[in-house]
Amino acid sequence: MDTTVVNTGTEGKTWGGGNQPLKASYGKMMMWFFILSDALTFSGFLAAYGFSRFKFIGSWPIADEVFTHIPFFHGNYPMIYVAFMTFILIMSSVTMVLAVDAGHHMKKAKVTIYMFLTIIGGLIFVGSQAWEWATFIKGDYGAIQTNGGNILQFVDTDGNRVAVRDIAISEHGERVQHERKSGLWFVSEGTLPSYTIDEVYNGLEANPNVLVRTQTLTEDGKKTVLSREESLKQIKENGKLVVEGANLHVNEYGSPLFADFFFFITGFHGFHVFSGVVINIIIFFNVILGTYERRGSYEMVEKVGLYWHFVDLVWVFVFTFFYLV
Amino acid sequence: MSAHADIHAHDDDHGHHHKETFVTKYIFSQDHKMIAKQYLITGTIMGVIGILMSMMFRMQIAWPEEPNVLFEALLGKWAPEGVMDADIYLALVTIHGTIMVFFVLTAGLSGTFSNLLIPLQIGARDMASGFLNMVSYWLFFLSSVIMVLSLFVEAGPAAAGWTIYPPLSALPMAQGGSGAGMTLWLVSMAIFIASSLLGSLNYIVTVLNLRTKGMSMTRLPLTIWAFFITAIIGVISFPVLLSAALLLIMDRSFGTSFFLSDIFIQGEVLHYQGGSPVLFEHLFWFLGHPEVYIVLLPALGITSEIIATNSRKPIFGYRAMVASILAIAFLSTIVWGHHMFISGMNPFLGSVFTFTTLLIAIPSAVKAFNYITTLWKGNLQMNPAMLFSIGLVSTFITGGLTGIILGDSALDINVHDTYFVVAHFHLVMGISALYGMFAGIYHWFPKMFGRMLNKRLGYVHFWTTAVCAYGVFFPMHFIGMAGLPRRYYTNSAFPLFDDLADVNVIITVFALVGGVFQLVFLYNFFSSIFFGKKAEKNPWKSNTLEWTTPVEHIHGNWPGEIPHVHRWAYDYSKPGHDEDYVPQNVPMKDGEEELQH
Repeated sequence: MDTTVVNTGTEGKTWGGGNQPLKASYGKMMMWFFILSDALTFSGFLAAYGFSRFKFIGSWPIADEVFTHIPFFHGNYPMIYVAFMTFILIMSSVTMVLAVDAGHHMKKAKVTIYMFLTIIGGLIFVGSQAWEWATFIKGDYGAIQTNGGNILQFVDTDGNRVAVRDIAISEHGERVQHERKSGLWFVSEGTLPSYTIDEVYNGLEANPNVLVRTQTLTEDGKKTVLSREESLKQIKENGKLVVEGANLHVNEYGSPLFADFFFFITGFHGFHVFSGVVINIIIFFNVILGTYERRGSYEMVEKVGLYWHFVDLVWVFVFTFFYLV
Repeated sequence: MSAHADIHAHDDDHGHHHKETFVTKYIFSQDHKMIAKQYLITGTIMGVIGILMSMMFRMQIAWPEEPNVLFEALLGKWAPEGVMDADIYLALVTIHGTIMVFFVLTAGLSGTFSNLLIPLQIGARDMASGFLNMVSYWLFFLSSVIMVLSLFVEAGPAAAGWTIYPPLSALPMAQGGSGAGMTLWLVSMAIFIASSLLGSLNYIVTVLNLRTKGMSMTRLPLTIWAFFITAIIGVISFPVLLSAALLLIMDRSFGTSFFLSDIFIQGEVLHYQGGSPVLFEHLFWFLGHPEVYIVLLPALGITSEIIATNSRKPIFGYRAMVASILAIAFLSTIVWGHHMFISGMNPFLGSVFTFTTLLIAIPSAVKAFNYITTLWKGNLQMNPAMLFSIGLVSTFITGGLTGIILGDSALDINVHDTYFVVAHFHLVMGISALYGMFAGIYHWFPKMFGRMLNKRLGYVHFWTTAVCAYGVFFPMHFIGMAGLPRRYYTNSAFPLFDDLADVNVIITVFALVGGVFQLVFLYNFFSSIFFGKKAEKNPWKSNTLEWTTPVEHIHGNWPGEIPHVHRWAYDYSKPGHDEDYVPQNVPMKDGEEELQH
């Protein structure tokens, strides 16, 4: 910790006080307390997430089945992509540490390089998250939402997932979209789904080896698969809407709250990363311009470093709660 | 960013003035003393608005459905023929609560006295970051303007209560005030939270880092301890309100379901699914309860200082006072559930929250007893500041006793959401904090404006306020126990409550008289700024460092070196000294021992 003691510009001045109980300048202290405050904001979100998830503990989507894609490859690779993202973000923390350390030794060239690498790492992370969001929004196999708001998915008799588009039989009928101008505003729909319930039902009838799976979890943590008769009955009686992908209203993977919290919390965190990248870029240019060389201290690098590590640490929690547990 | 430059600037130019323009001196000032005055004036204006609102809805509840010329003139379309509309009653109650809790007693109180006293009492030239301090004030100003503007929205201002529970606050079509009024409320509060965060960060690091030589933490005046801990509670609890507000905005504007579930409107089912309004209550009250102490602690700190000074005695139990502030701050974060006993929470959880809540009685009682023992056999100097401080001790005890009733889930369930609760929290945090604020103004007015307030008018102000405050809130305990619910705009539909109508009239008369007598204070305040008696350097013969600065404000506070501190702040009537006070910057005499406090 000794290396973190920097010139506060107050020694030997008439101000004369300077009890520094924690041996930190006031700017750094402010950053610490800001981080405390921001940590509480995230805690609020994560506590809300925990509260809501616990409420639906018996039917919460299984993360391993939701996040299964990696770019340019088809197939089922759960968690690989997010592990990559996390690795990049943690590596950017490492380069940030190196930048701060180089700052203590007043090595401008090294600070520049490591700051640059940190910025690149941050950009890769934000970009990856954009792709992750796009994939989640686009969806995977599609599902049926019931009148009660539950999600029904399709599997074959071996337990492999079956996509709605593979079984539905198109009828090419004309469908009218509810809009504000044609009715009550609060029943207006977004884009119409590709298939109607009838089309899916007909498809299900024509494919004898396809079954319906509900979002209720069995005792060993798997989703409940219905019998053939039960499957047909559920779609016929309770099917309301074909859902493809996830947004803030519906979610083909299960509870819409899963999508709400996923978008909101990763979005809020992504906003922090993005702000961090912008701040890092400003600091990066200040380093290049020699501002801190003239000032005789690279403390600003250290302060943004604190923020950057904090953002990384928050991701570890977000990652744990959304992807791992 | 220019952190270092700031400190250099302060050090280099001490003792001589900047060439300051009107704008940098009075408007975008970075001087903590000016910012304190800005907070005080803004807070006062907001306070006048808040009190006027309470007078209006008190008139409504006393004489419901009777035409009132005032309503017609002030409320326009909200009072057709002078009869107040139910919607505007709810809106008035909501905005009254919001303004008084956040804008007057949080920003107005902390903003004024933390800014004024922290640098002056710890011996610093200014706040750690004058720039952030200025930004903090202007964000507060902006949020005040937005909150006031929201009163003029066509569909009405927010009307979901100051606690803005969903679904009233989450569905724009739920009631008139749920639309643009609620949006403005949330925008205003988001800005307010940012302002509060910047202010608190400044207070905390200033207290930690900028103390003068010899000003150890155990020599800090209790005011500073209170402001310091208040700022820490603010940094911990306001962000959680921010998270609740952001989730609420998502629900309102982007269709998420965090706080909403299974809602029908006009027979049509909305798409919201799975959320829980109780979740909002948890998040809200995690702020909401600490907020009570954000409001109260500065007032208690001010009271400690004023009572010790005017009793000419050391404060009784300095360390116990500090410890009780810390204990209150810690406990305040683990008691929020006592606001939610009837939300359907598990009775076991209720009993846990009952336990933690009742624990707060211990540090609170320590404080109350220490005030009384400080007063005990003191050489009491009566002046308006002292009277308001003693008034605070009185209302703090009265309100605190009913707190024990409300903190117990078994008892609370019976009086929840009645006027009993209204009486309790108005006495224990509203009136107490207001008394603390008045006491502070009467005590530090000479420091702020270099002139004295008129003492005689101060006495008139105190005695009318004290009588009216009890006149308003004491009877509320009884109508509350009789079951009268809060927030109803009229009780005439319930024959059960007919007997209580007269009590409501009495309460309203006290409220109106008390409100009118605040004009005495306003007159005293504004006329004394210009025409008051010139103040001496240390009019109250007080020990703390702010009285060693010149009466005329200078940038950097002390003309020469900052005084060093050699003793705690409470060496009053110490044997071996000529005067009955020994300022903190007086060195120890040979053989003199620092009091073991």
